[in-house]
Amino acid sequence: MGKVKGKSGPLARRPDNSAFKQQRLPAWSPMLTANTVLPFFYLMALICMLLGVWLLLTVQSTQEIKLDYTEAGTCDICFEKRKNVSNAAQTCTCTVVFPIKKALKGDVFFYYGLQNFHQNLRRYMDSRDDGQMVGRKTNLKNPSSYCEPFTKNQNGLPIAPCGAVANSIFNDSFTLTYHGSSGPSIRVPLLRKGITWYTDKNVKYRNPKNDNMTLAQVFEGTAQPLYWQKPVYELDPLDPTNNGFINDDLIVWMREAAFPNFKKLYGVLYRASQPFTKGLPAGNYTINISYNFPVQYFQGRKEVVLTTLTWFGGQNHFLPVAYLVTSCLILLIAILLTVAWWKFGKNGKRMEE
Amino acid sequence: MTWRSPLALVRDALRGQRAREKDLRNLASNLPYEGLEKAKQPNCYFPGNAIKTTKYTLLLFIPMNLFEQFHRLANIYFVGLAILNFVPVVSAFQPGVALIPICVILSLTALKDALEDFRRYQSDRKLNNTPCFIYSRKEQQFIKRHWKDVRVGDFVKVVCNEIVPADLLLLHTSDPNGVCHIETSNLDGETNLKQRKMMSGVCISDLTVQRMFLTFSCCREKPNKEKVGAGIESLLLRGCTVRNTDHAVGFVVYAGHETKAMLNNKGPRYKRSKLERKLNTDVIFCVILLFTMCLIGALGHFLWLQALPGVPPYLVPDGNGHLDSPSLSGFYMFFTMIILSAILIPISLYVSIELVRIGQIFFITNDIDLHDEGTDSRVQCKALNITEDLGQIEYIFSDKTGTLTENKMVFRRCSIMGTEYAHKENAIRLAVLDVPVSEEEVILNQQPRPPRIGWSLDTEDSNPEDKWHHHDNRRKSKVTGNAQSDAAFSSLLEAEVIPDRKLLQQISRAESSSSSRNIDPYLDFFLGLAICNTVVVSMATARRQRVSGFSRSDQTSSPLDTLSSLVKKSGSLQHIFPSWQHKPKKNRTISEDSVEEEDHVKPPVKIEGSGDTNKLRTCSLHTPSQSAMTPDNLSYEAESPDEAALVYAAKAYGFTLLARTPECVTVRLPSGEDLVFEVLDTLTFDYNRKRMSVLVRHPITKEYVLYTKGADHAIMELLGTPYTEYLSGKQKNIAANTQHHLDCYAKEGLRTLCFTKKVVSDKAYESWSVNRQRALAAIDNREELVMDTAVQLETDLSLLGATGIEDRLQESVPETIMALREAGIQVWVLTGDKTETAVNIGYACRLLEEEDLVINMSCGNKFACTSMLDCTLEEVRRYSEDPRNVDTTQNISLVIDGRTLTMALSSDLQKRFVDLAKRCRTVLCCRVTPLQKSRVVTVVREQLNVMTLAVGDGANDVSMIQAANVGIGISGQEGMQAVMASDFAISRFKHLKKLLLVHGHWCYTRLANMLIYFFYKNVAYVNLLFWHQFLCGFSGSAMIDYWLMIFFNLFFTSVPPIMFGIMDKDVSAEMLLGVPELYRTGQGAGEYTFTTFWISMLDAFYQSLVCFFIPYLAYRDSDIDVFTFGTPLNTISFFTILLHLSIEIKAWTVVHWVIMLGSVALYFIVTLAYSAICVTCNPPSNPYWILQRQMADPMFYLLCIITTVVALLPRYMFHVLRNSIAPSPLVKARHLDRLDPSTRDQCMKEWRSFRGIAHVRPFRLSTPPSPTLETPVDIHPHSSATSDIMWDERHH
Repeated sequence: MGKVKGKSGPLARRPDNSAFKQQRLPAWSPMLTANTVLPFFYLMALICMLLGVWLLLTVQSTQEIKLDYTEAGTCDICFEKRKNVSNAAQTCTCTVVFPIKKALKGDVFFYYGLQNFHQNLRRYMDSRDDGQMVGRKTNLKNPSSYCEPFTKNQNGLPIAPCGAVANSIFNDSFTLTYHGSSGPSIRVPLLRKGITWYTDKNVKYRNPKNDNMTLAQVFEGTAQPLYWQKPVYELDPLDPTNNGFINDDLIVWMREAAFPNFKKLYGVLYRASQPFTKGLPAGNYTINISYNFPVQYFQGRKEVVLTTLTWFGGQNHFLPVAYLVTSCLILLIAILLTVAWWKFGKNGKRMEE
Repeated sequence: MTWRSPLALVRDALRGQRAREKDLRNLASNLPYEGLEKAKQPNCYFPGNAIKTTKYTLLLFIPMNLFEQFHRLANIYFVGLAILNFVPVVSAFQPGVALIPICVILSLTALKDALEDFRRYQSDRKLNNTPCFIYSRKEQQFIKRHWKDVRVGDFVKVVCNEIVPADLLLLHTSDPNGVCHIETSNLDGETNLKQRKMMSGVCISDLTVQRMFLTFSCCREKPNKEKVGAGIESLLLRGCTVRNTDHAVGFVVYAGHETKAMLNNKGPRYKRSKLERKLNTDVIFCVILLFTMCLIGALGHFLWLQALPGVPPYLVPDGNGHLDSPSLSGFYMFFTMIILSAILIPISLYVSIELVRIGQIFFITNDIDLHDEGTDSRVQCKALNITEDLGQIEYIFSDKTGTLTENKMVFRRCSIMGTEYAHKENAIRLAVLDVPVSEEEVILNQQPRPPRIGWSLDTEDSNPEDKWHHHDNRRKSKVTGNAQSDAAFSSLLEAEVIPDRKLLQQISRAESSSSSRNIDPYLDFFLGLAICNTVVVSMATARRQRVSGFSRSDQTSSPLDTLSSLVKKSGSLQHIFPSWQHKPKKNRTISEDSVEEEDHVKPPVKIEGSGDTNKLRTCSLHTPSQSAMTPDNLSYEAESPDEAALVYAAKAYGFTLLARTPECVTVRLPSGEDLVFEVLDTLTFDYNRKRMSVLVRHPITKEYVLYTKGADHAIMELLGTPYTEYLSGKQKNIAANTQHHLDCYAKEGLRTLCFTKKVVSDKAYESWSVNRQRALAAIDNREELVMDTAVQLETDLSLLGATGIEDRLQESVPETIMALREAGIQVWVLTGDKTETAVNIGYACRLLEEEDLVINMSCGNKFACTSMLDCTLEEVRRYSEDPRNVDTTQNISLVIDGRTLTMALSSDLQKRFVDLAKRCRTVLCCRVTPLQKSRVVTVVREQLNVMTLAVGDGANDVSMIQAANVGIGISGQEGMQAVMASDFAISRFKHLKKLLLVHGHWCYTRLANMLIYFFYKNVAYVNLLFWHQFLCGFSGSAMIDYWLMIFFNLFFTSVPPIMFGIMDKDVSAEMLLGVPELYRTGQGAGEYTFTTFWISMLDAFYQSLVCFFIPYLAYRDSDIDVFTFGTPLNTISFFTILLHLSIEIKAWTVVHWVIMLGSVALYFIVTLAYSAICVTCNPPSNPYWILQRQMADPMFYLLCIITTVVALLPRYMFHVLRNSIAPSPLVKARHLDRLDPSTRDQCMKEWRSFRGIAHVRPFRLSTPPSPTLETPVDIHPHSSATSDIMWDERHH
């Protein structure tokens, strides 16, 4: 009642006759009845229909080639070989041949795909140290406990990068060769850089500060993850700037996939030279695979995906279909409501019900 | 402080404890010990006067508040969850993060508590530092100190208009009679003055006598909630205000927390509303749901692990490189899932409900329609957590007097010695008073009213047409009497009584002719009227104003003036009124005449009266001053308005009560002589005896005379010898005649009182007096003993006559009751009045209709009662099942009296009675005691399992108010006990209509909808996480950043539902008032039912499915990562949840827009800022730049649109279809709301008339509709007397 005290005279305790206090603020009260919402329904149906058709047409123009290479081509040997853990150190390469019947026009993206690989498990997701990856030296030598049990190796050396995520990095590598109808086989040039988010590469992942030290010196005193064949500073033998925590493949892998079946970007077609200036021409292609990643523990499949993208993502027919179906649904309801409207007359006027 | 051994401390503490707990406390004055250290003083064991009502202390606030808060199960639950999160094997999030929500909730609540406590502290400090005067021996005078310095044993001086600081024993007052007037409005709200006597046996004539102070010690009973002990009449309680007395000195007997005021202070009441009880069951449903989901998660995880062929690289072993077995992992997963889905139990729900209620109460108390201009009071909400119950009321139990009626008593008629005096002019005056209300009103209606309106002097004052007009007018504007109400109980309406001519003649005849006039029954009757009461006389010039009151000098013109002004305007009636205007003068002339006559017959009585007894001296001291007192400027203040009305009536006949002290009463007779009666005892009114008596000594005859007044049934059985003078045969019938008149009065709706006289012999008095003194001195069972002595004396009474007092209906009562009934509420009236009175009022306020079948139940014994109940029940059943009665509304009414009610409520008949009452539209319970009232309420509430509301204004309604689900107190004329005990306090009965129909409906629908929405919101959101578990091997991972999840619940989506709960308006107030039927939607289960709850749960499931799986399907097989997938999910469900609320919001005001758009803005700003800052915080989510990237992706928007549309489509369509095909009354009302006012009113009328409820019938006040009532001739003995009077007057 503090506010009331200010007033004096008769009726000092009389409440203010303001619209707010008397709950008489002007209000817009929409009525949800058939006649009022019908235009909205028809409009929504129309919008969804148009969007759906547009999206469908856009998706139709994309192309995608999926190639499950788990046991395809000569990879069945490697597949068998990887079943045995003792062969983990041995290299195994295999080749898969596949045709492209219709040229992929525009930018072509090269993905590797994994099925049944749960990067979204809670313990797995947690098993990383972002402080280490962002280049903090304390974390480099003392990885976070989240990385357990992948913090130290048998010798007690801290693992960099620590954790299960980095440990289980996908380590197959691919080379794609084009066999044109005329001429020799051409290795398809793939850009292996710039496949990460800009912010990841430049902000989230940093190598520890190296004052004129080589990367190897910086990482001295750390151990490579248990499953890795080479240390983190030698991931890319071709480009020294692509090593350490800022290695593109590592960054891509560290962005944990949302679903058990996922694909991750491996490279983008470099369209500088013929015959790839317009994309991937039709013809036969072979992929040479350095087959390292075992999948039999989780009944997984490995695949390679070559695809072109649209402005709203890859080749996914779901969204346009969803729009079309929704549009039909709304239209159906709208018609239903129209019938109701006709049958039950103008609403609200009839009070005698 | 010197150091004292702990042993001594313990000993002292024990002694102090003993001193405090002794039944009798020995107190000594502090003065001899002044200056000594505290421990050496005799009264050091009693607490000081400083009070502390705060719950916490500064240092102990946090632990105590936490302890308090953990009494709430929900808080323990959430703390348990947070602790669970610290266990590594089951933790779902970073351990610290899980503490945030509970900390926010706890600290918010703590902040609220701290603020409240601080406010209490401030008011305590203000109170403790109030100045007062304490006597100091050193200074030899009263020195100014603070309240907190007052200690038991001090002498305190209180001056006029000051508040008493502690419970004081009155030792000295400036008043020569040794009385001190106090007003107890701070304690019980009673505004009338009460007298307190000085301690008997202590005599302080002069303040300079200080030895008395030194040696004085006294014994007091231990403070006790029930009684303060003997000597209440000389105790000034803390919190009272001293009035009309220059100063008073008292000895502090109780201080601080031991004072009665503090002991009675129980603090706010906490009730649990029906909705909240239901809410708790739904919370349990949520818990079950949660456990089911967790079980599914645990089982799923177990099965998923079992199905794995080997050890995949993504299965992370524990620190030792060891993997848990699937079953153990599943077991752990159960707890992880509990942590993950904890939001399912809405943590912020309870806080939100409290906030919503604060908002609702704010709006209720600020409603200008519920503000009463007469008393300038708003509606008060005392119970903070049952606002929504107002929207679900099914039964109303109402008191009659003061609740339905004004409790402004107006003397209407009387019957003396079996002869009825109709007071026709008085009745007419009252009728006229209704018409002229204010000058403006009259000017507005310039055209002269047709003469027949209002004051036509036809004998049939019950002409319905006319009555209708009166009340029509009264409704339009305020009653004059009402405007005067700032003067306690003495509005002019009550004060002015126009005497009956015949009676005046009778009196003057009695005065002049009878030499032995002192035993004339007429004189005795009026003496009884003037003496037998507890009215306090105060000068009109010194009339107290209510604290909040304001003077209305412009309105204090006498009703007669108003009347004449009206007459001038309406010209045609002048022939009636001049006579009236002269009436008082004439009255006085009579008395002056008689004075002249009497003077030489008898010498002045004063001399005789004085010097009679020792005590009377004080009285006679007073008399000379009273000669200056003219009867005109007296005003009477009474505890009950009936008393004042009677005293005014006596005054109108020349029997003016001039002064009243505890020892004597001075009455001026019509002859002008002042009689001083010595008051020997006052047997106060109580509900068991239903009568009061005053034993006086007649100054002339020296007889001990007992005047008794009371309810007729309480008097009639005590009648003994008829009045001595009238032993002749015809007077045998006095009692019978009077009883007949009483019945007629009651049928007219008047309150009846019987007056008797008894002459007590000296011997009888002596012996009784001894008993009485013993009873008064008793400590155990004192009240019982005192009552017994009263009963002993009140026997063998001789009937003088009876009075009929009109208690007029409050304005708009019939309309309110009609509206409440249309709203599906059954209205019961429980009254202590006679059956006839109650029935008549029942008709007047349209509780009963003429075509109703009224069942009157009144039987003497239980057997009769049983058979009657059975018969009636059978008949009623047959009646209601009769196909011919199908189309008529249920219109059976039951009238039952208190005695029968007791039997009907006995455990074996209870069921049958309730069954019968259920079928009745109205039940009137007459002559019920307060206890019965509460019993009725309890029985109906429990047997029928309905929501009950009790409304009343007096102390006798308190138990009923407390028994009902919602108790409403009317702050009327009878003090504040009812208001204190109530949950809501209103000032007029008509306010109930808006309070229930509008605010009740709003509060209920708002809160119910908000609760449903709250549950929906949490389920919809948590299920997103649940569906995710199917894709992540039930591993308990979340795809939404945990901070964002917390923010989502605490900030982004919490304000809109609260605003929804406070401000949503489904139907306008006009519609709700116009079509009371709309109230029915909230009754019974209302909108918050099992089905609505589960429908919204299903909707929540559906929406979460859509919100999860549309994005999932859209992103399937893509390279999306977990948290990038979670961000659009979060956004989509944010929009879905907000738009869902938008569908539910019925009226969008500016506030709605601001809050809704503000929430959206807040979401994006906070999330964007968070994802711009957070590079490595809160692993593993690292939301760095995710939303920014998403917002640059068209896919995000495409998904947002399609998902929201699909998610909300069913609900939207459901609403549209339901509103189109089968609109609920509320929807129809909203339709009408959109029309322009005139069309709307038209439609509203059509609607109501279609329902067949609201045919407006003329409203009658005093037509007895019962066919059994014969109009007795002797009530209207001179049906054509008006012309007589006129003629007489003109010739006077």
